[in-house]
Amino acid sequence: MPYSEMMVKPMREEMVAMGAQELRTVEQVDAELGDQRGTTLVFVNSVCGCAAGNARPALRHALKHTAKPDRVVTVFAGQDLPATARARQYFADYQPSSPSIALFKDGEVVSFLHRHQIEGRGPEAVAAELVKAFDQFCTAPEASRAAS
Amino acid sequence: MSGHVFHPGHEDLHGITVVLDGVSGRTYVGRYHERTDAGLLLHDVGVHDPTGGLTREEYLKRTNKFGIRADHKLLVVPHDEVACLVRLNEVFG
Repeated sequence: MPYSEMMVKPMREEMVAMGAQELRTVEQVDAELGDQRGTTLVFVNSVCGCAAGNARPALRHALKHTAKPDRVVTVFAGQDLPATARARQYFADYQPSSPSIALFKDGEVVSFLHRHQIEGRGPEAVAAELVKAFDQFCTAPEASRAAS
Repeated sequence: MSGHVFHPGHEDLHGITVVLDGVSGRTYVGRYHERTDAGLLLHDVGVHDPTGGLTREEYLKRTNKFGIRADHKLLVVPHDEVACLVRLNEVFG
């Protein structure tokens, strides 16, 4: 059963403040994930303090890195149920957990962090995992400009 | 809200994904909830049966990569079944 909106509002705002686009409907999910080009990070948000309380600051920290995804979107597990279920269909090979973080490149999942890879670890350690994936799969904006 | 915990006062393992090796030879992977009189209560639990196709190591490796394929939403593992309990992320470092 979803928590009250008042309770989760700060968690939504934390994601938006770091530049993530909230996807709250199936239509919004399909519009963003349906025909992807470049890199997209999907953050499955959660009220769980044990893991999401570290995952959000980890992502905020990782997004300060030079190489980062072209787009960052988020769905909220346990809150926006149809949107989350739809988003999970795009990474159906991976069992659902929240929080979790999927990185897509040209529509393919190239990196996935499950809840169990987040929980019990500090934001710095999780951010380091994300940065490693960004360096491998994402392009720094300067490199993009130089190539065009 | 960073670091905010909705469920304070629980055991250290509360909310953590654990690997529980059973005396029976089965391996359980799930989210630890609490110790009860009847046993350890886990959420979203996958169970590896050694008589199945995968070895324990293969099962854990697959679970680490693709997540837990839950066989049980909730499961109480009796105390006398518990041989060893560790965090899943300790298994893979």
